[in-house]
Amino acid sequence: MVESSEVRVVRCGGSRINVAAPVISVDSRFLLCASGDLVKVFSTSTEEWVHVLQGHTNVVTGITLNPANQLQVYSSSADGTVRLWDFTDGILIKTFVIGYPIATLLVSNKHEGILFLVVPAKDNSNSECLQLVAAHVPKTLEQEVEVRELSSVLPNISPNPRAVGFGREGEYIASAEGLKLIVYFFRDQKPYRFNLSKSTKKGAKNTFTCVSCHPKDDCVATGHEDGKIRLWRNFNQKKEYTYTTLHWHHSVVNTLCFTPEGTTLLSGGIESVLVQWQYDRNSKYILPRLGGSITHISVSADGSLFTTSHSDNKITVIQSNLKVSAVIQGLVKGEAVHTDLVIDPRSKALVLNGKPGHLQFYSLQRDKQLYNLDIVQQEYIYQEGLDQYEVVKAAFDAHGSCLATVEERGKKLSDTEITLKFWDYNETAQRYTLTCQKVFCAVWISTLNILYFSSFVLNTTVMTPHDNRITSMCFFPTAETTMVVTTARDGCFKAWLLGQESDTEKQGTDGPSWSCDFVGRYHDLQPTNCCFSADGSLLAVSFQEVITIWNPETWELLTTLCQPPGNIKDLCFGRLSCSRYLLATTTKNMLCCWNLLTCSLEWSTSIAVTLLKADPLSENMAVFTLQKEQTDLFVFKPCEPRPLFTQNALCVGEVQRAIFVPREEPLDNCDESSLWLNRSQLYCLTENMDLLAFTTKIEDDSLISRKLVCNLTLIVFEKHIKRVSCSIFCLVTINPVCHLLPTQAVIDDSVAVTPFYLLLGKHRQREQEMCGLPVTEQQGRAQLPQGSVAVREVRSRVPWKCLVMVYSTRSRVVLLLIFVCVCVCVCVCVLFYTFSCYTRRLMSCPQRPSYATCL
Amino acid sequence: MGEFTVHRVRFFHYMPSGICAMAFNRRTERLAVARTDGSVELYSRTDHFFQEKVVPGRQQRSIQALCWVGKRLFGAGLSGEIAEFDLDNLRLKFSQDAYGGPIWSIVCNPQGTHLAAGCEDGTVKLFEILEDQIRFERNMGGQKGRIISLAWHSSGTKIAAGMIDMIKVFDLDSGELRSRGSRMQQSQECVVWSVLFLSDIIVSGDSAGKVKMWDVNTGTLIKNHQVTEWDVLTLSVSQDETSLFAGTSEGTVVQFQLLDVVLGQEEKEWVRTRTFKNHTHDVIALAEADTVIISGGMDTQLVVRPLLDKLDFKSRDSSLLKILFPQRSLVSCAKKAGLLLFQYPTHLELWRLGDTEGHGPPGCILPVSRNPEKLLHLKIKGEDHVCCSAVAPCGEWIAYSTTSGIRLYRLQRDNKNVSITKVPKLPKVLRHAHQLCFSPDSSHLYGTTSSAVHVVALTSAGCKFEHSLKPNSCVEPFGNESQEISDGKFLASANSNSEIHIYNMHKLKAHCTVPVYRSGVSAMGIHPETNNLVIVHADHQIFEFSIEQMQYTDWSRRVQKEGLHHVWLERDTPVINVTFNPQNPNHVILHDSYMFCIIDQSLPLPDRKSQFHNQLTLKSLPEAERLKHSHAFKECKLYQPLLCVDMLENQSLVVVERPLLDITTNLPAPVRQKKFAT
Repeated sequence: MVESSEVRVVRCGGSRINVAAPVISVDSRFLLCASGDLVKVFSTSTEEWVHVLQGHTNVVTGITLNPANQLQVYSSSADGTVRLWDFTDGILIKTFVIGYPIATLLVSNKHEGILFLVVPAKDNSNSECLQLVAAHVPKTLEQEVEVRELSSVLPNISPNPRAVGFGREGEYIASAEGLKLIVYFFRDQKPYRFNLSKSTKKGAKNTFTCVSCHPKDDCVATGHEDGKIRLWRNFNQKKEYTYTTLHWHHSVVNTLCFTPEGTTLLSGGIESVLVQWQYDRNSKYILPRLGGSITHISVSADGSLFTTSHSDNKITVIQSNLKVSAVIQGLVKGEAVHTDLVIDPRSKALVLNGKPGHLQFYSLQRDKQLYNLDIVQQEYIYQEGLDQYEVVKAAFDAHGSCLATVEERGKKLSDTEITLKFWDYNETAQRYTLTCQKVFCAVWISTLNILYFSSFVLNTTVMTPHDNRITSMCFFPTAETTMVVTTARDGCFKAWLLGQESDTEKQGTDGPSWSCDFVGRYHDLQPTNCCFSADGSLLAVSFQEVITIWNPETWELLTTLCQPPGNIKDLCFGRLSCSRYLLATTTKNMLCCWNLLTCSLEWSTSIAVTLLKADPLSENMAVFTLQKEQTDLFVFKPCEPRPLFTQNALCVGEVQRAIFVPREEPLDNCDESSLWLNRSQLYCLTENMDLLAFTTKIEDDSLISRKLVCNLTLIVFEKHIKRVSCSIFCLVTINPVCHLLPTQAVIDDSVAVTPFYLLLGKHRQREQEMCGLPVTEQQGRAQLPQGSVAVREVRSRVPWKCLVMVYSTRSRVVLLLIFVCVCVCVCVCVLFYTFSCYTRRLMSCPQRPSYATCL
Repeated sequence: MGEFTVHRVRFFHYMPSGICAMAFNRRTERLAVARTDGSVELYSRTDHFFQEKVVPGRQQRSIQALCWVGKRLFGAGLSGEIAEFDLDNLRLKFSQDAYGGPIWSIVCNPQGTHLAAGCEDGTVKLFEILEDQIRFERNMGGQKGRIISLAWHSSGTKIAAGMIDMIKVFDLDSGELRSRGSRMQQSQECVVWSVLFLSDIIVSGDSAGKVKMWDVNTGTLIKNHQVTEWDVLTLSVSQDETSLFAGTSEGTVVQFQLLDVVLGQEEKEWVRTRTFKNHTHDVIALAEADTVIISGGMDTQLVVRPLLDKLDFKSRDSSLLKILFPQRSLVSCAKKAGLLLFQYPTHLELWRLGDTEGHGPPGCILPVSRNPEKLLHLKIKGEDHVCCSAVAPCGEWIAYSTTSGIRLYRLQRDNKNVSITKVPKLPKVLRHAHQLCFSPDSSHLYGTTSSAVHVVALTSAGCKFEHSLKPNSCVEPFGNESQEISDGKFLASANSNSEIHIYNMHKLKAHCTVPVYRSGVSAMGIHPETNNLVIVHADHQIFEFSIEQMQYTDWSRRVQKEGLHHVWLERDTPVINVTFNPQNPNHVILHDSYMFCIIDQSLPLPDRKSQFHNQLTLKSLPEAERLKHSHAFKECKLYQPLLCVDMLENQSLVVVERPLLDITTNLPAPVRQKKFAT
């Protein structure tokens, strides 16, 4: 294994799980959903992620069970392939190369060996025009098959995957686009078209949004933009077709689904209410308050479980008696992240905008949302054009015991409402809860990570802290004083201090509250940004073109710095050895560095900076620049002229948010190019809301090896808080197939290799190819713009692939033996741990047992 | 177009009454509608639901059910009598007590030989229909519980009777009870408002808001549709028994269709499909006429809803039609005296119009110098409702007619006092008139009966019968319609067969007849100067007939040759009245319920492609170009809905409006419904 510590850019989870409708396995135990390039397999009962089907190189657009074998699943992707997987073992069985990006995948019992795909229309280059084609799957034993036989079924298909559906076991297919419904009968090969009028009389918006066909009767349900559901019948006639209208939704019906028996119809729309219609009766049941608007509904084969996908990146599993049984929550991605990416110092969770009016705490390691903190504390009601409160700023203090948030609403200045809220971390009411008063502690074999799920309690609410929008907010960096500085467009910055205990005792309130301590102005200029130096001795506030340096103790204006032209955009102090420097970026594409000892400009450079971030644990600074619509990254120290690390063409479009996340334990990596990642890791959020991370090779490999050796099992402690004697049981799941990383290289194009494939005995040829890969690949990819990175990537990935082979080619028995050993180890550990816990509790009854010290 | 002083009259408190029963005759394509005041209206389906005849109502007469037997119309109500209507003379032909208490329902068998009446005492009484009477045949049933609804099987051997909590099926051959439906609802009383007997099932609509399908032989429930929270009041089925309609208290009409469960296979099922909501109140009566569904209810309007899946192409028939206002004039205007006579069912009101001395720019409201004044409130003697009334142009005579008699009053007005004297000794021939009218010089009263026009000379001393005019070739009886008169020389009279006869009043004999057009005459008028008869038909065709030359005028020929604009032909309410502008002989003023229109015969007709409502565009054009773009039809929709538009002698226009809101506020409150976001 070659020791190389190249820096890789990986997409670290958080991708959308609501793109395609999820699939429930026949036994209702697993839930499969498309998530970025992966297909994730979740357990429907524990909400935990069981494994991943990895292999697609572009976004997965559709998944459906193989009608011939219910333990297999087809997945289609925008990379132009359809893959067949064994999802219980996570093995890729076959790859069908179609050659066109696939928008939707449909299969039917009746049409065995035919895949129905929605692909771009061939004849004209207009990519928006889609067509439905039938692909005849050739029966060969080869693993990778190219499918050439495509026959067009229907032209003009809507890009919405919910607008196509099979009816009555594949007798006909219904597709809706715009104001037109087409029903195509396979037997007579005859389409019937039905048009609705465009009129908007009485608020009618007739545009079709989704289609679902009754499984037994000839009835097609369509959803419409005005919230109506129409049940079409007699659609094999031009004129005497007829429809029934059901109307409950007040705006768009996003999705419709009949249950397998056809007794009920499920519909969901923007109201986030699941409506269950009785098919032959005029009655309905509703399940309200599901969160975000519903984008997909799917039903298990026996009709006992429903799942709804929501716009806030969530999948809810619902029993047929309309009770929510599980919630799988991904990283909530709204339209924009108004709050910057913030790290909660206590739980090490990434904090950003979540559901409307909430802050989400998102665990980067587990790719899972921990919990939502309700900031606005108002019932969210969806209505078009209604102005909602939006959390725009959030900041933690050094220890994570204090949180300050800003929420605002009102698009126009005259009716803007701003509220500043201060939250206290409540130690006593500490919740170990996720959703259902249980705690799941992920215990790793080597390191023990304990996640504290904290609750914040509102301390102070300041209505209208400023007369205009707040532009920035920062906490005092050290723990001695708790101070927040806010700057706003009304021309002043304010310092807020937590009151003393003695003050509040007089008032008789239950704790100290926050109040305004100082209001600063500078020549009626608008402050744009503020920043404390690392030791808290200086406060820099930028007023348009001018940076003012203040003493936060005496509120004395120490000096001003100015480097026209251009207003100051980002501002930050150097850390540690570079703490004498102050860096700023301007709107005129300048990056300036001042020396605070001499109060003079140390250096400046003209560069199109979009974002400047400082590592809190080192001197390093990261700068994202935008050139030719591509973002480049430079990592540098203010004192050194040469950048430590450069990454060209990181992604298309602007990087809007980025953050250095401190590592649990620093890496002892000595490679120069990745030295800067030793203390903390850099995450950034692209325009497409993809969360990217920079990792080193070593880190990945160590993770992989750890997984390979012990095949990491998740041990779940369930602890009921209210019970004094904490009952702990452990649950060990062993999977004989090695799991790959949740992360996957963004700029990586290697061929997927699975144990199954290797068992077919074709590995040798492939191995040879891969050994020769550095040469051929290098030549092949020299033309790529990011060629160098790709090559490095490929080279770096080869060794561990070999490792995988080594492990895989050995028989499973060996692996199982290892697992058994590991299991025994784990059990012993757990027993020891519980015993020690118990004895400690008996002896000292500590407030909070420190798990880290137990082992 | 001309400038007028407009009297905008809103003190005619006309109130239509609710619809309580309906029957459609498929053979003659006539729809009979009964209203709560006891009147029966006849509409012609072929003529775009033109109101052909009205049988005036009568106090205490309530009609619960109507039934066509061939061309004969029977009705029955809570008075317990079965009556036949004389559709030629527009009155009751006979009525016969059924001796079973109030009658809730009558049906006739498919063969047209028997009538069955469902009575309060729980019996179904069978009557044989004879030439000009009905004869009681036998009784069926006879237990407690009223029979609300009846349906006759198409074979004619079985009758289904809807009762409270129960449906009974009678076999006519054996005369015994065949089967009965079980109790329909456990908790509360359930009234079966309507039953239908299809070939293999019975369909019932009940007060629990359910439409239920029952097996005929076993009396078991097959299917149950909850249609509404309130009552299902009426049901109607199409002739081929594939589509069924239910009217509810919510004002909705719900359609059910017999559809294939799986396309192309035998198995069929009744499926609820469309819901029409055109009423604000209960839908009490429904009728299905092939391509349209007609509904009527408490909100007094008759809604004709086309079933678009049965229509081949878009036409005037494919649009929704609402009939709310009477298609005849209830207002008569004394042109010289400036008086208005309003005809209510049980009384007449005479008003004097207000005056103004102000002048102002077009469109402004002039100050009133003298308020309009109610001069007279004349109650009708007897129980019959007024069928027609008239006031003489000089304002000295008032006449009205009911089905039982005509009364003529002389009105004497001093400065303040109004006195009225009844004129005695009206001629015996003139017992009942369909239409009354005074000559322009107020010297004669003309009244039409179904066979002749009678002329009565009026003098200050009294009245004297002068003559009876009969058309030259009158074979069949003469329906009524409007009659119009010119400067005393000519009188035109149209009947419901759209025959128009013109009489010369100087010579007191028939002058000529106008060629018959296929559509009914909705309004006509004789021009006072040129003696041209302008005829407007129910399908909005306009003819001008020169009486002196006894032929159509050149303008009329031009209209027929060039054709009228499609916007004009697609109007859904017929023209009610035709008058002329005395100042400009080229102007013809027409009005229907929603607009009045001045036709300038000197201007070219609009061609098919030009804009019909072009007043606004004309206004924006410069003066010189206006003439080039203007056409003969000038519509004014400023005043809506209209009951009467007439020209007074002093060049002012009287416009009688009845705002819709006033009618709806006078209706009883509808059933409460939860509405979204309220």
